[in-house]
Amino acid sequence: MVTAKTAAGSRSARRRRAAARSSAASGRVDLLVATRKGAFVLRGDSQRCDWRIEGPHFLGNETNHLVSDPRDRRTWLLAAKTGHLGPTVFRSTDGGRHWSEARRPPAFPKVPEGQEGPAVDRVFCLTPGAANQPGVWWAGGVPHALFRSEDGGDSWELVRGFSGYLAALREKGPARFFPTPGGAITHSILVDPRDAGHLYVSLSTGGCFETADAGATWRPLNDGVSADFLPDPHPEFGQDPHCVAWSPANPDRLYQQNHCGVYRLDRPGVRWERIGKNIPATVGDIGFSIAVHPRDPDTVWVFPMDGTAVWPRTCPGGRPAMFRSRNGGRRWVRLAKGFPEKQAWFTVFRQAMTCDAQEPVGLYLGTTTGEIWASADEGESWRQVAAHLPHVLSVATLER
Amino acid sequence: MAVTVHLSSHVRSYTGGQAKVEADGGTLAEVMVDLERRYPGIRFRLIDEQDRIRAHMNFFVGGVFARDLRHPVRPGDDVFILGSLSGG
Repeated sequence: MVTAKTAAGSRSARRRRAAARSSAASGRVDLLVATRKGAFVLRGDSQRCDWRIEGPHFLGNETNHLVSDPRDRRTWLLAAKTGHLGPTVFRSTDGGRHWSEARRPPAFPKVPEGQEGPAVDRVFCLTPGAANQPGVWWAGGVPHALFRSEDGGDSWELVRGFSGYLAALREKGPARFFPTPGGAITHSILVDPRDAGHLYVSLSTGGCFETADAGATWRPLNDGVSADFLPDPHPEFGQDPHCVAWSPANPDRLYQQNHCGVYRLDRPGVRWERIGKNIPATVGDIGFSIAVHPRDPDTVWVFPMDGTAVWPRTCPGGRPAMFRSRNGGRRWVRLAKGFPEKQAWFTVFRQAMTCDAQEPVGLYLGTTTGEIWASADEGESWRQVAAHLPHVLSVATLER
Repeated sequence: MAVTVHLSSHVRSYTGGQAKVEADGGTLAEVMVDLERRYPGIRFRLIDEQDRIRAHMNFFVGGVFARDLRHPVRPGDDVFILGSLSGG
């Protein structure tokens, strides 16, 4: 760890700011917040200082993900279920004023009579397709499944190539697809902006997988990633990626917050490097979420959780802190200004941390205790901008 | 064959707020098909894609607890679709 203000760091920061000015978004940021009991929208002012809460939408629903479509900036999709009712997707084409339900929500095909078939327990994540494929969306399910929509989320089809591939892997290693406490989660669907058929999809547990043909065939991408909860700690698949993200500025640079540490991968390489070892051992590199700078592939943020002994998965020592690297994970800086200095024991889930594309970059995280924290200066300082919400499951940005 | 279906609050968003609706069918499966025709979307929230009643929904036909869509329904039966005591 180094201090935040080194001479080299200042030069680097100046270069980044200069490079960013021409490409940075400029406008207001809204936060789309999905919680265990409904969805909310936080409307930010032009300084990202004051935030006005709107909602709830679908009070009482477990809302896993609320996402806007960057291709039209009007369409929102919301993954929802209730304690009683099955999973579905709600859609709005007017920024959340009116909603309609998907005509055919994500579901597995019906199996023949007498066989035991799977059922979608929840839709965990929603991802817009490539810019040149308007109307295409991807969804990750619990249990493991990938779904695709070609009509803006109104109807969904199972990606059979992925399910068939996973079925074959289960034959090889049935004990490598453990469900997590939240189920067998499909998450971190990354659609290559340069090639709509190139995707990464990750499973908890199962690992990270890649397709180059829009889901027809797949390959594992887990070399170098530890799985210390298995007898073989370095299997071909079976790892537990918690969140995989890439650099919008360089989609060949991937980062991963895993159950077993923080990793970086530079394609076309296939071996992940554990960069979290450079976070102080007293904190550790266990966590759920990760965010990557929109313009600088070397800048990445993680929010460590306590992964010692019985795995509390709370802020280590009760002292919340973001850790930021400016050089691809070789060195990390602890950023805690504004957070409670002690006795804060919340958890930040895998989809509950994100960043915007403003200059400087804004960071946002939601906690299991219903708080939203924001930084308008790339993590240097933090403010609590909402409290008393239900357990936060995801936070996404909408930049106007 | 017309039956009366009593709906708990969980799914009344599909029926325009109605707590009691009519439906046709000789089995629960047929009643659910008719309900879906009248109130699109309601079936999948109650019945999964393998035709299993969702774990936290309870169906009663003529006062009898039914866990299977093959359960017969007679003309004039009252069908209750109720949320179980669960969650928090």
